[in-house]
Amino acid sequence: MSTIIFFLPFILIYTIFAVYGERKISAFIQDRYGPMEVGKYGWYQTVADLLKLIQKEDIVPKKASKKLFLIAPVIIFTSIFCGFVVLPITSSWEGTLTQNGVYFLLAIVSLDVVGILMAGWGANSKYSLLGALRSVAQIISYEIPVTLSVLCVIMISQSLNLQEISYQQGILINAFPDMENVKNYLFGISALNIDVTNWGGVFTWNIFRAPVLIPVFIIYFISTLAESNRAPFDLPEAESELVAGFHTEYSGFRWAIIMLSEYGMMLLVALLGVILFLGSWNTPLPNIGNIMLANWTTGEPETIAGNLWSVFWLLSKALMWIAVQMWVRWTYPRLRIDQLMSLSWKYLTPFAMFLIFVSGLWRLLMI
Amino acid sequence: MNWMTTIFYFFGAITVLSALGILFTRNVLHATFLLMLSFFSVAGIYVLGNASFIGVTQLLIYVGGILILMVFGLMLTTKLNGKALVTENHNRLIGVLLGTVFFSILSYIIIFSANFEMLKSNKTLPENAVEFIGINLMSNYLIPFEIAAILLLVALIGAAVISEKRKEKQE
Repeated sequence: MSTIIFFLPFILIYTIFAVYGERKISAFIQDRYGPMEVGKYGWYQTVADLLKLIQKEDIVPKKASKKLFLIAPVIIFTSIFCGFVVLPITSSWEGTLTQNGVYFLLAIVSLDVVGILMAGWGANSKYSLLGALRSVAQIISYEIPVTLSVLCVIMISQSLNLQEISYQQGILINAFPDMENVKNYLFGISALNIDVTNWGGVFTWNIFRAPVLIPVFIIYFISTLAESNRAPFDLPEAESELVAGFHTEYSGFRWAIIMLSEYGMMLLVALLGVILFLGSWNTPLPNIGNIMLANWTTGEPETIAGNLWSVFWLLSKALMWIAVQMWVRWTYPRLRIDQLMSLSWKYLTPFAMFLIFVSGLWRLLMI
Repeated sequence: MNWMTTIFYFFGAITVLSALGILFTRNVLHATFLLMLSFFSVAGIYVLGNASFIGVTQLLIYVGGILILMVFGLMLTTKLNGKALVTENHNRLIGVLLGTVFFSILSYIIIFSANFEMLKSNKTLPENAVEFIGINLMSNYLIPFEIAAILLLVALIGAAVISEKRKEKQE
């Protein structure tokens, strides 16, 4: 079944609240006026923002290449939105292209680079072009550590199917076809012979199932921050030097679409991170003796309770990671471009390669 | 005609039309974006043909890799003189003749010599194509796989050497 009909309305509503959340978090961290004082709880600030965006004039610069300039935001948003089609939402509602889910996601998300280049080049402005070049260089560089860290998870889970990866990380592992007799051991080490298949909860999450994935998760988190052009890696839109980067010349609704794709990208990488590392739609509560917390908070697949529980866990974990992304943004200063590149090529990429090797060895322990 | 066939023809039409557009447009940048559209619809045809792995690979390598490099290079070079890069046509007659001959040879080979075994025997691709491809790459086709890897490594080192700043030899 296609999860896309869930994600399109969700992404729109989520963005409104995320913008509000972002402003609120930044206001708390940096004590800003707007989101703290306007209306009840500062909520009117986002309403004002939205109204302003919708009724603004859609300006195309005179010397811009019109076709490219107009179509670019749509391409950026479409390519990111396409990434959502493969994500599972609940234990019985999975995405399309299941056999190659992760692979498709990594391929399609990199296409927003095309849109960014079109936007930056089409606008015919120095700021836009510089911003676009920086942004593309950054996204292409950081795609490598992201892909390598996703590969580590694939080494452990032996599957490109996001729904299968999800099932592996919980008490329902034996409900998935062809996995009837698979067992989860504590830390994935079968030699310890502590069977945690029926404990569930955090004990079967990927970062617990194979602790080698904890540093991998850190690499994934850092590089996805850079992938979605978020601070401390928001050089493409460094306002002190580039005004607003590749979307300098955009106004009104098209600018809103670009913002929508930035927030969509945050949601996408947060959801993917949760699915790959943090137990997907599985509950964090384990079964303790007779208190079957995991069973109570998971529900059977194909039932209403099961669907509600799993969508609740998936989204609350993902939104928590988005809050962390915002927290990071308003806390850390921006990197310099050479520091950014050396972080990716000299540190994250070699570490990720080494970790792929370790993940392979860990997989041998799990058999 | 069921909807799968309709979508197939839709993708086929986009592929052919955008390829024709590449031929007739003068602006190199527009040609590049049309090429991207063409690659995209080929990927769509692969996915429709139940070969989603190949379809995604097409996206990853051609659209995500090669084309982005091309666009990057074009955008960096065309802005130098402030004019759009425009191509000109030379040797039209010979070009058209050679193109037609080449096209008819290829169509002849594809239509008359390919057996379409899958179509005749009603076979479908295995469900877990990734596993199948992976096992075959690491066993039956290991040598081509490794040779491709070495070739890519050579290309990588070559790119690094070419882009290196040459120091003036001081003697």
